[in-house]
Amino acid sequence: MGNRCAVIGVGQTRYTTKRRDVSIAGLVREAALRALEDAGLTFKDIDAVVVGKAPDLFEGVMMPEAYLADALGAAGKPMMRVHTAGSVGGSTALVGASLVQGGVHDRVLVVAFEKQSESNATWALSTHLPFNASLVVGAGGYFAPHIREYMRRTGAPDHIGTLVAVKDRLNALKNPYAHLRIPGIDRAMVESTPMLWEPIRYLETCPSSDGACAMVLASEPAVTGTPAWLHGTAMRSEPIFRAGRDTVNPQGGKDCAADVYRQAGVTDPRRQIDVAEVYVPFSWYEPMWLENLGFAAEGEGWKLTESGATALDGDIPWNASGGVLSSNPIGASGLIRFAEAALQVRGMAGEHQVDGARLALGHAYGGGAQFFAMWIVGRERP
Amino acid sequence: METSEPLVARHVLEFPGGYTRSTGPVIGRFLTELRAGRIVGVRTAEGRVLVPPLEYDPATGDPVTDDYVEVGPAGTVTASAWVQEPRPEHPLDRPFAWALIRLDGADTALVHAVDAGDPKELRPGTRVRPVWRERREGGITDIACFRPEVTMIVSPVRPEYRIQAGGALRTFLEGVRRGVFLGGRCPGCAKVYVPFRASCPECGSRIAEQVELPDTGTITTFAINNLPDPRAPEVPFVSAYILLDGADIPMIALVGGVPAHEVRQGMRVRAEWVPESERTLSMANVRWFTPTGEEDAELS
Repeated sequence: MGNRCAVIGVGQTRYTTKRRDVSIAGLVREAALRALEDAGLTFKDIDAVVVGKAPDLFEGVMMPEAYLADALGAAGKPMMRVHTAGSVGGSTALVGASLVQGGVHDRVLVVAFEKQSESNATWALSTHLPFNASLVVGAGGYFAPHIREYMRRTGAPDHIGTLVAVKDRLNALKNPYAHLRIPGIDRAMVESTPMLWEPIRYLETCPSSDGACAMVLASEPAVTGTPAWLHGTAMRSEPIFRAGRDTVNPQGGKDCAADVYRQAGVTDPRRQIDVAEVYVPFSWYEPMWLENLGFAAEGEGWKLTESGATALDGDIPWNASGGVLSSNPIGASGLIRFAEAALQVRGMAGEHQVDGARLALGHAYGGGAQFFAMWIVGRERP
Repeated sequence: METSEPLVARHVLEFPGGYTRSTGPVIGRFLTELRAGRIVGVRTAEGRVLVPPLEYDPATGDPVTDDYVEVGPAGTVTASAWVQEPRPEHPLDRPFAWALIRLDGADTALVHAVDAGDPKELRPGTRVRPVWRERREGGITDIACFRPEVTMIVSPVRPEYRIQAGGALRTFLEGVRRGVFLGGRCPGCAKVYVPFRASCPECGSRIAEQVELPDTGTITTFAINNLPDPRAPEVPFVSAYILLDGADIPMIALVGGVPAHEVRQGMRVRAEWVPESERTLSMANVRWFTPTGEEDAELS
């Protein structure tokens, strides 16, 4: 894993449908300045900047990283852009971490953002090339069949997705940055919303958000403030068109989890990990990823959800922040998972803090569930 | 007794030429400045800046000072009322808002019209700027209206490409024009890929062997889409993963000829082709897949 690396600063903007009051540059700067303030540093202390976001088609700004150099204090410093679809936020953190772990830099600023209000992500994800006759409409249209297949294989009852939709939104009420804050959210409210891509209901999907998230990563000698230490980092990908590919329980996710657990010495994630921030953009992905990430045996993930184990007061809280279901500035959504994991082990998660969290998982996935990024952070040095 | 129409007549009271109203020094200064394209307020003895100026401080009854302060020209809307159907005497002939506007530097708000286009563009806190009339006479209507500040621009982006289909796709589409699905068998792992492709995504081997597949298959899974799409004939429509008989990877296609909620995983389907005379080099040659009526296939 290379040299020790720690998260020493976290900054987030409030996530919302439209941040009309700021430009893209103003948005990323807001998150970056908050991360620097958290670390007690300024742009002068940063050696390199890594920027992540989802497809350029979302905002129609090509190579936004070039335009954002000024806003992120990157003039005269190495700066790079990461893009791995929805997992990009996680990959951005890992690319930044690798610069520290590899001994190249002492302090790296990682920033990810999306300003979805500048266009429409479903449009941008449904550009139909000539000669093809793809019928996939947006991310929901892509993932709905795989959720249906999960339900068939496991025999999970219909209401499991509803439980996750309610649980994550209840958590969001405790997170001042969360986008969807729905007072009185309950099963009846979720079930009263229409099916968009059956079996996915409206309130079982993530919102479209504007927002940015940033972190300062540091080498051991450069640590300031309260560190969250990296215990494991891993990325995997797999071809989307591959005969025999398991789209419900992708091999790439299993391999990525195995790698990050090995580095962190985790053999039983359910018992050893205190809190997990996992990329769940559609509610059914919680039980699916519980199995993919080894928190439950194959076919048993939904039982863990149903038992309440993943609730904030359960034995393995998932998405204490409200998760992607509550805030989804796509390019930043993965980085937010990684940042929230760090906040938990730093004891700085505020009202959604999981008491005594010492080891946390941050997870992101993207594309057709084909890109995976994960890290495990801990309160103690590895 | 016979009822008669009431006696009604129009009666106008208008002093010929209009009243000649003395402004006094305070209001006169305000109007003179307006004519010059400036907005001024007047400071009260207590230090508040009144815009529009008043001769006597309404809070104390004292005369205001002779300290005139240039304010604005931008200001902030504190309240507004939308006028959807303007009357002839209104300052604008299109929907607009009457708004209370606190100009920068003022302690009170001025009433004026805001040309916002859409009521959603206006809320307490919206920043506005005056639009001046070219010919000014020294009246409040020297300001034609206020308009919201520029906070958003529309940025048209339109990359245009010339897309040339690759050889493998062309091979596949030529098959589809003839009414057959062409797959390719990987020499390394023996998997059959459809549409035909030149290399195996699993092992990287070059695929040369073409396999003609039947137009029947099994629905492995599907979504019922309730969002309209120009490529689907109606809502809801079913987009399904269809594993053609003899293939190792499913294709995504429309399912038709069956109500959406009767589609099942494992359902046997067959391609419904458009008439030969209408076929082109595209997947549009397949109208959709429709149930064969066979017994469902067992899924692993």
